[in-house]
Amino acid sequence: MIARRLFSSDRRIAVTIATLLAAAVIVPVLNLAVPAESAFHVPSYVVALAGKYLCYALLALALDLVWGYCGILSLGHGAFFALGGYAMGMYLMRQIGARGVYGNPDLPDFMVFLNWKELPWYWLGFDHFWFAALMVMAVPGLLAFVFGWFAFRSRVTGVYLSIITQAMTYALLLAFFRNDMGFGGNNGLTDFKDILGFSVQASETRSALFAASAVALALGVLVTWLVVGSKYGKLLMAVRDAESRTRFLGWRAENVKLFAFTLSAMMAGIAGAFYVPQVGIINPGEFDPANSIEVVIWTAVGGRGTIVGPIVGAIAVNAAKSWFTGALPELWLFALGGLFIASTLFLPRGIVGLWDRWQQMRATRAVPAEGKAAARTEPQPAE
Amino acid sequence: MSMSGTILYLDGVSVAFDGFRAINDLSLVLDRGEMRAIIGPNGAGKTTMMDIVTGKTRPDSGEVFFDGQIDLTRHDEAEIAMMGIGRKFQKPTVFENHTVEDNLLLSLKGQRSIFPALFYRSSAADRRRIDDILGVIRLGARRNEPAAGLSHGQKQWLEIGMLLAQDPKLLLVDEPVAGMTDAETFETARLLKDIAETHSVIVVEHDMHFVRELGVKVTCLHEGSVLSEGTLDFVSSDERVVEVYLGR
Ligand SMILES: Nc1ncnc2c1ncn2[C@@H]1O[C@H](COP(=O)(O)OP(=O)(O)OP(=O)(O)O)[C@@H](O)[C@H]1O
Ligand SMILES: [Mg+2]
Repeated sequence: MIARRLFSSDRRIAVTIATLLAAAVIVPVLNLAVPAESAFHVPSYVVALAGKYLCYALLALALDLVWGYCGILSLGHGAFFALGGYAMGMYLMRQIGARGVYGNPDLPDFMVFLNWKELPWYWLGFDHFWFAALMVMAVPGLLAFVFGWFAFRSRVTGVYLSIITQAMTYALLLAFFRNDMGFGGNNGLTDFKDILGFSVQASETRSALFAASAVALALGVLVTWLVVGSKYGKLLMAVRDAESRTRFLGWRAENVKLFAFTLSAMMAGIAGAFYVPQVGIINPGEFDPANSIEVVIWTAVGGRGTIVGPIVGAIAVNAAKSWFTGALPELWLFALGGLFIASTLFLPRGIVGLWDRWQQMRATRAVPAEGKAAARTEPQPAE
Repeated sequence: MSMSGTILYLDGVSVAFDGFRAINDLSLVLDRGEMRAIIGPNGAGKTTMMDIVTGKTRPDSGEVFFDGQIDLTRHDEAEIAMMGIGRKFQKPTVFENHTVEDNLLLSLKGQRSIFPALFYRSSAADRRRIDDILGVIRLGARRNEPAAGLSHGQKQWLEIGMLLAQDPKLLLVDEPVAGMTDAETFETARLLKDIAETHSVIVVEHDMHFVRELGVKVTCLHEGSVLSEGTLDFVSSDERVVEVYLGR
């Protein structure tokens, strides 16, 4: 039933999901089965890089659910991503077992180094993948729920809300830097060996992680599309556009926001969990407020308030970043800032909006273009 | 005064903003099933009175009771709305990015929790109700268009439609005919009179032709309290009212 609705009502979403699922199959095949000499061979480093982009795309999609659809400009979504990443990192640390530098079967290297005698209680359970997988969603979800409970109930909105989300990720940054927190301090968690018993270095595992990231993103698209298309989704946008009106209709705007915020944090956590085994490290730097701001830029460039926009934005901006940091590293930050300013000024709906306009112009070349374009409403920017 | 039998009961209500008394010892009683017109010069406190009733503004002192026994000062906007008080804003406030139909869908009386909204499937009863309201507010032809494209008057009507969908016991209608043509104004009066058959209604309006059309008891507010109350003829011949409107 969902599939029928997908293909009839929203071709763009269907195409996106199909593309991701196809990539999940084709890229691993081109990496593993096609010989390295062939022009069609995809080298392993590209697989890893592309896998990383997909995680960023899922993070941007999560942000867009709250920013684009509900007007909550979170400048702390990197925190949820990092927490998901840490949960996965803890599982990967436990998989090392006695193969660490100190050969201690019970404790990760950094704890041995700190002279700790036993595993802290909050590391218990992370030997099991299922437990870690649960925590990947539960920890960011719980933080978002508690944070949102207080913030939305006290009706903190707009810039003030953005500032406290930023403060949240900064506080976590400082906390995770401390050695006595028990998350590896400055160095974070790294030197991973296996995931589910497979070597994280093996190209088969890397391909599998890429495929899993693509499937996770496809699921993220599907879930977001279902949520946004439901009556709740309409309510979400109504809260974005006229919050007090929804209250006078009897809706609890704070609960509307809280659900989206929590769901979004869980999606961000999942993105972080797929990211960590592919880059091989998670450290407090992931909580850097600047990271969260970058996610906002990807989303704005791609087109907020759309489902495809944040994905396109995350991939395009990060591809540009990879190129820039190779070719002109000192210019990257200027380019990023310029991109953000340009997209806010000239492309309120980002790349996707530009594409839509171009499609419309093509479709209505005979008819004067303005009428059609004006009739189409665009989401109002958040205050 | 007895509270039972009243749908709305305000006694000795005051509220000040930074020392300025917008509502000053206001007492006002609306009987169940009654329609009342409220007039008064700009800044008289008409909108602020509605803010107090709907939970947007807390009074500094005084009593506000709904339906004979519910103390409204203890509840917030959403709770008050769920108890059965609906409101149309002075500046028409609809969900601009949503279609006319979706505006009504979000207003329909019923469940207001998140999960039922997430798994909501439109029912035949809901569709029929929306069709009915679209007929009443004459926006059937535009049901699938975004509300942003409606004219000012049509937005007013859509907002009244949203009130109808909400089906409250008491409707607070703030300046419903601002920006309407004479014909539209007449239609709106007819519509409100229809609504008043089965609901309690307070209408705030400056347009005296419209108030006359309604033909109900009139309360004139001035500087946050009741200046005069009675039939329109009585109120408009009251010297103090004349002075307030003309003697400035
Ligand atoms: N939130 C607020 N903060 C400060 N002052 C306010 C606030 N709300 C209303 N006021 C002031 O209270 C007074 C009464 O305002 P109110 O909007 O109730 O008048 P009104 O009778 O509805 O007038 P109008 O006919 O112009 O709509 C005005 O002087 C207004 O400036
Ligand atoms: Mg007013």
